[in-house]
Amino acid sequence: MENQALLERFQNYVDAENKIEAKDWMPDGYRKTLVRQIAQHAHSEVVGMLPEGNWISRAPSLRRKAILISKVQDEAGHGLYLYSACETLGVERDALIEELLSGKAKYSSIFNYPTVSWADIGAIGWLVDGAAIVNQVSLQRTSYGPYSRAMVRICKEESFHQRQGYEIMIALAKNGNEAQKRMAQEAFNRWWWPSLMMFGPSDSASAHSGQNMAWKIKRHSNDELRQKFVDMTVPQAEYLGLTIPDKDLKWNESTGHYDFGEIDWTEFNEVVKGNGPCNKQRLQTRNKAHEEGAWVREAAMAYARKQEERQAVSAA
Amino acid sequence: MSNSNWPLWEIFIRSKNGLAHKHAGSLHAADAKMAIENARDVYTRRMEGVSIWVVRSSDIVASSPADKDFLYEPANDKVYRHPTFYEIPPEVGHM
Repeated sequence: MENQALLERFQNYVDAENKIEAKDWMPDGYRKTLVRQIAQHAHSEVVGMLPEGNWISRAPSLRRKAILISKVQDEAGHGLYLYSACETLGVERDALIEELLSGKAKYSSIFNYPTVSWADIGAIGWLVDGAAIVNQVSLQRTSYGPYSRAMVRICKEESFHQRQGYEIMIALAKNGNEAQKRMAQEAFNRWWWPSLMMFGPSDSASAHSGQNMAWKIKRHSNDELRQKFVDMTVPQAEYLGLTIPDKDLKWNESTGHYDFGEIDWTEFNEVVKGNGPCNKQRLQTRNKAHEEGAWVREAAMAYARKQEERQAVSAA
Repeated sequence: MSNSNWPLWEIFIRSKNGLAHKHAGSLHAADAKMAIENARDVYTRRMEGVSIWVVRSSDIVASSPADKDFLYEPANDKVYRHPTFYEIPPEVGHM
């Protein structure tokens, strides 16, 4: 049982919009929740490289290829910022990686969908990164300092990701020929609903929401953020001349927001459970890359040790 | 005589929770504890900080100014990493 006075002081401190730093006292639940959430976020950045990496060698021009490489490179960096933030809470990087590789840890389900055409790369940048930005802008104000600072840095870099995606969509959907327009619409149909699912279960069904909002780990509810994303994205889709694959979507004059149809939560839960189209493939690819990189990690350590020994000898 | 000099420490101060520690300067101290106490006296006399990091200067490895060109050259021709590289029509709002 944690000291009630400490818990109260912690809550008051958070309520006054103060940031918690690594060496501050924090409730066990706060630490555990953060470790889980930041680790999942980090894993998502890392696994998120795979669907896009699929198109690096087949990008339609050198310009697009250079941009895509840069974007995927950024995602690796984002994974690093987040793993580092997570490590301030007293967990080891290797343990986190192990949980990802064994399938024990979760990552964002969106990355378990395949990228079947080049238009998917446009749709991912525009929609998936767009949804991630809505979530991450909110998380810049999370109560845990190291997480908040990682979010600030990531948001700064993320804007290019969304804009390059939208530019791809303009080229295909607005300026493209009939086949390209069709390709853009099909990609949009594939990514629209999974993007809405990125915000997680609806507030009424979200298990941890209440406590996380009270601790200000989360600053906005899943449904609030989802609505914000829909409101931003619908005009962008209209500009492109794309049809939103939701017959219930319509502007609601009285609320000042778009109404939209019910999300297929069965699909969401299946993908979370591991039964999405690419869950197995993603983990296999990650594991293969990790195993094939083992000799590089060993060689680097062996080299460092050797250099150290040489220095010790020459100093003696 | 020079061997008896106290080691040099680099001092990093967090001005308030939520912000990162920032390099404030350096000082000599016999050990880490004294370095923190001296840093408190030198760098936080006017409430400049809520947290102090001290790191032995000899433990810091710095890049060489002479390497500047080849270290940062790769970023020179990658203007597409900046959001302003992409033209987004004003009709679709901020992105």
